[in-house]
Amino acid sequence: MFGKLTLSAIPYDNPIIMGAVGFTLVGAAIVFGLITVYGKWGYLWREWLTSVDHKKIGIMYIVLALIMLLRGFSDAIMMRTQQLLAFGPDHGYLPPQHFQEIFTAHGTIMILFVAMPFIVGLMNIVVPLQIRARDVAFPFMNSLSFWLTAAGAMLIMVSLGVGDFSRAGWIGYPPLSGIHFSPDTGVDYWDWALQLSGLGTTLTGINFVATILRMRAPGMTLMKMPIFTWTTLFTAILILLAFPPLTATLAMLSLDRYLGMHFFTNGMGGDMMLYANLFWVWGHPEVYIVILPAFGVYSEVVATLCGKRLFGYATMVWATGVITVLSFSVWLHHFFTMGASATVNSVFGISSMLIAIPTGVKIFNWLFTMYQGKVRFETPMLWTMAFLVLFPIGGMTGVMLALPGADYVLHNTEFLVAHFHNMLIPGVLFGMFAGYEYWFPKATGFGLDPKWGRRAFWAWTIGFVLAFVPLYVLGFLGMPRRLDHYSNPAWHPWLEIAFVGAVVILYGIICQVIELIVSIRDRERLRDFTGDYWQNGRTLEWATSSPAPVYNFAHIDPVHDIDEFMYLKERGLAYKRPAGYSDIHMPRNTPAGLVIGSLAFVLGFALIWHIWWLAGAMAFAIFTTLLVRSMNDDVDYFIPAAEVEKTEAERFRMLEEGERRLSEGRGGPAQTPVILVHQVQQS
Amino acid sequence: MKASRWLLFSSFLFLGGCNLSSYPLLDPAGPVGRSELHLIVIAFLLMLIPVVPVIFMTFWFAWRYRASNRSATYKPFWSHSKAIEAIVWGVPILIVTGLSILSWITTHQLDPYRPLATASGTHKPLRVDVVALNWKWLFLYPDQGVATVNQLVVPVDTPIDLRLTADDAPMTAFFIPRLGTQIYAMAGMVTRLHLMATSPGTFFGVNTQISGKGYSKMHFHVIAAPYRSYEAWLAKVRSSPHRLDIVTYRRLERPSLNNPVTYYSTVAPDNLFADIVRKYIGGVMLASDPLHNPATPHFGG
Amino acid sequence: MSTDIAIHDSGAASHEAHGPEESVSRTVYGFWLYIMTDCILFATVFTAFAVMSHRYAGGPTGRELFDLPYAFGETMFLLLSSVTYGFVVLAMNRMDKRGVLIWLGVTFVLGLGFIGMEINEFHHMITHGYGPDRSGFLSGFFTLVGTHGTHVTLGLVWMAVMIFQVLRKGLSVPVQSRLIRLSMFWHFLDVVWIGVFTVVYLMGVL
Repeated sequence: MFGKLTLSAIPYDNPIIMGAVGFTLVGAAIVFGLITVYGKWGYLWREWLTSVDHKKIGIMYIVLALIMLLRGFSDAIMMRTQQLLAFGPDHGYLPPQHFQEIFTAHGTIMILFVAMPFIVGLMNIVVPLQIRARDVAFPFMNSLSFWLTAAGAMLIMVSLGVGDFSRAGWIGYPPLSGIHFSPDTGVDYWDWALQLSGLGTTLTGINFVATILRMRAPGMTLMKMPIFTWTTLFTAILILLAFPPLTATLAMLSLDRYLGMHFFTNGMGGDMMLYANLFWVWGHPEVYIVILPAFGVYSEVVATLCGKRLFGYATMVWATGVITVLSFSVWLHHFFTMGASATVNSVFGISSMLIAIPTGVKIFNWLFTMYQGKVRFETPMLWTMAFLVLFPIGGMTGVMLALPGADYVLHNTEFLVAHFHNMLIPGVLFGMFAGYEYWFPKATGFGLDPKWGRRAFWAWTIGFVLAFVPLYVLGFLGMPRRLDHYSNPAWHPWLEIAFVGAVVILYGIICQVIELIVSIRDRERLRDFTGDYWQNGRTLEWATSSPAPVYNFAHIDPVHDIDEFMYLKERGLAYKRPAGYSDIHMPRNTPAGLVIGSLAFVLGFALIWHIWWLAGAMAFAIFTTLLVRSMNDDVDYFIPAAEVEKTEAERFRMLEEGERRLSEGRGGPAQTPVILVHQVQQS
Repeated sequence: MKASRWLLFSSFLFLGGCNLSSYPLLDPAGPVGRSELHLIVIAFLLMLIPVVPVIFMTFWFAWRYRASNRSATYKPFWSHSKAIEAIVWGVPILIVTGLSILSWITTHQLDPYRPLATASGTHKPLRVDVVALNWKWLFLYPDQGVATVNQLVVPVDTPIDLRLTADDAPMTAFFIPRLGTQIYAMAGMVTRLHLMATSPGTFFGVNTQISGKGYSKMHFHVIAAPYRSYEAWLAKVRSSPHRLDIVTYRRLERPSLNNPVTYYSTVAPDNLFADIVRKYIGGVMLASDPLHNPATPHFGG
Repeated sequence: MSTDIAIHDSGAASHEAHGPEESVSRTVYGFWLYIMTDCILFATVFTAFAVMSHRYAGGPTGRELFDLPYAFGETMFLLLSSVTYGFVVLAMNRMDKRGVLIWLGVTFVLGLGFIGMEINEFHHMITHGYGPDRSGFLSGFFTLVGTHGTHVTLGLVWMAVMIFQVLRKGLSVPVQSRLIRLSMFWHFLDVVWIGVFTVVYLMGVL
């Protein structure tokens, strides 16, 4: 009846797990309780859960990313604590298998359920606005993508309390992840969570390629697209090329596990090296999938907050394109030590180092955007500068690892762990935080409190250095990664420092939580009246109100320049009242995405626990939902011109209010005196 | 800035606490590790050429062009310079070209499959077959007909010719930090590795590829000793009462933790290593195979 | 402040393409992108099959297992069904609802024939002890052919839905858009099958 599922799947006897489950449940209960008390279920359903508005979906993606960041970080600090304690005769507080579940969950969550939803969230909020579109190409599919990602995240959360999670590392190398060495349901949780979210991501890739290539405002040629849109386009293309191999590879692993096939098993013709190759054909481009949008964020932030055009726009575009192409020619560098020939190893090593060229060029272009600019130390700029300082160090160690000769001793040591965290924290995560601070006012209508933002920034930066520089050292001390216990006294002091680093990062996260709460409390003080919160906005997302109306722009005017909004401001055309308005065609909200996502979650759960009847029922229910959806042709509506006019009139009233406040010297994020670039005469 | 101060502080600790013997990668005991250390140092220094200016320029530009500095030049429309573009493309291209040449040469020199050159008059290479088991290492000395568990003893100044595989274990990796290069050991496959110790000592060896419950316990000791001590040790192994036959091997193969160092005076059959590999190759895992452990059924349901 | 830059008042609908044509062409464009991802998915499974193609593990080889004339029969069913789907599109362009239904029905039957033959082949192999768990080669074979077969099955389900929708809604714009996409999907599966037939059956036997 319930497949492999019995009550004993719930680890009642494990206080650590039950504590975590209890904490999660209490948190969820509080949120549900508050929504009920304030009677917000209807509002939530109408305005958010069933929404196909890209801005709201974007916000939901980021909420998901932030929640999962808390989970992923809890895992991180638990690992740091274990490695602090489990030294010599002491075995710490986590048995090896629990420790292994934690690092597997940490990697999986941070890449697929923090970095991915964060970038997709920013893409959703920003890209249609930057290209002056009304929505993405396929709004319902966008909602479906989100709910599939959320379903994957839910599966991981459920694995906390029902059964185990995978212990095979986030890369899930067989034969360890095969049924022989991992007979329980852990790997299946990991596998189906990745499959569901991966499907959602693939659909997102299709959506954004179609959106960017088909829905730009007239006049916006490719080389007039804002740089964040460019990086999104390349990321979306990478998704289309890289995610199908992941889907296929995970499916083959499932076939090994469910039907006893022999793709990756020990013996019977299985080949674990095939898995390693296929996995990294996705895995390496995945790194660029998450980092390219971060590069896009840095480009936008540095231009806006230095009050300058981005240096070397065309170079930036080409460099991004080169990275996109090269990212498929480097996967083998993840296993130089598998015994490939010297020629193969050095070819892949060289192509890995080639990526350093366009990346280096980008770094210099950001620097020369700062050069002869007016650098404002707003929080997004702080994150960008920390990136500029710390990321090259990770690049340096990356080049070292790309040399097979050096990788032979550095591979799978803590040095490697330090390297990729150096890429992913100052590279991706700081970019996400910069984007979060930068576009928060655009998404919500009010800015984030800069004081707590700066505190968070310092804690994260210092904490990062403290937590990861010791890991570089530990690499030279020959410490393998993923140890639940060790006896080498030389390693211990460095792990103590790394633990302190994790605690400092914890303080940073607490600051970010406080920052959010304080900002919501003080939202009137931080209100964005003009829609151009940083007062120096260059691209079109700043040309509409904050938050943007559901239709984004009353008119789809033609575009003249890369920095179109700056172009309009310089000519005094940015806030011109149009002569009139017309009806606007918009997609209708639908619960279908939420329904399919929920059914997919149950389907995943049923497959994990071999509850076949339930899996069949869910598959049928998903099919029925799609069928019902496809029978309904009433999927869109028109916003009448009169309503548009009312909304726009309100926007112009806000603009006047904002202008008045600015002239009185209040309002705006005026950390430093702002020199509005459009007041400078063009020579 | 605070971040950089911490960086400085950390690197100070790093140098100050640098007791070389506890930094196996910085104190290699053989030619392979030494070449690899040189390579790391060269790559590090080459990469400092772009990295140091970037870090410096970030601080300098941020300070010089801070918005409150009214005396700094402000050129909001300046966004292109052929000269700068040429430099920012040219310098990385030059460095990466240099590194690529270095990579090509060193990767071939350091190819783990390549036998190590020996000075004339030294001993001929010592062959050792390594089997990764859950969760211990079995070392077979085919020319000496002996075997050990969790301890590898080698003579100094003698190339060691290792062949590696795994048996009923997930993918594992064999790594002796002070000697250099690591390599994966996988069931049904043979990987090769050539190492040499040039100074005597006891080094630790580890598995670097997660392989289940006993992963962190899967370490071993390497003793590099002068040839005479090595021979004395060999005599001691040959006098051990333990013999490695099929029955003993089957018992050894079962998952176990913290196996004590064990010496086997004989190994039978002679071609045990080949048998272990063959049991997966071609998938002939027949019940008649003397090494076959009946695997648990894999079917879902 | 300059006013010589003309800001086009874009009340003009030409800039705000939201007519049915734009919507259909955008959907078709999106479907091309999907087909591309599916192509890569198949490429991955083909790669895995290529790696597995000689890992018999003591089990049977392709030469021992495959019946070339049988597989050729399957191929004919699928190729023919692609032709008949061409007639669906021709009928649709004439707005000939009856023609669309007839040719959809014929295509459906041909597709069903293909799937039936494939299931029969699988059943035959499994009952003889040559299931996907026998060897790496057979895992690769069942997965590659099975992935294609699953796609064809989903295509048949879709086709059944389309027959239903044409009956219920006639040849409305969304229905036409779906028929065009199903046509792309069906032809794509045909192309993939030619790859499967060549790589698996021809190269396995010859």
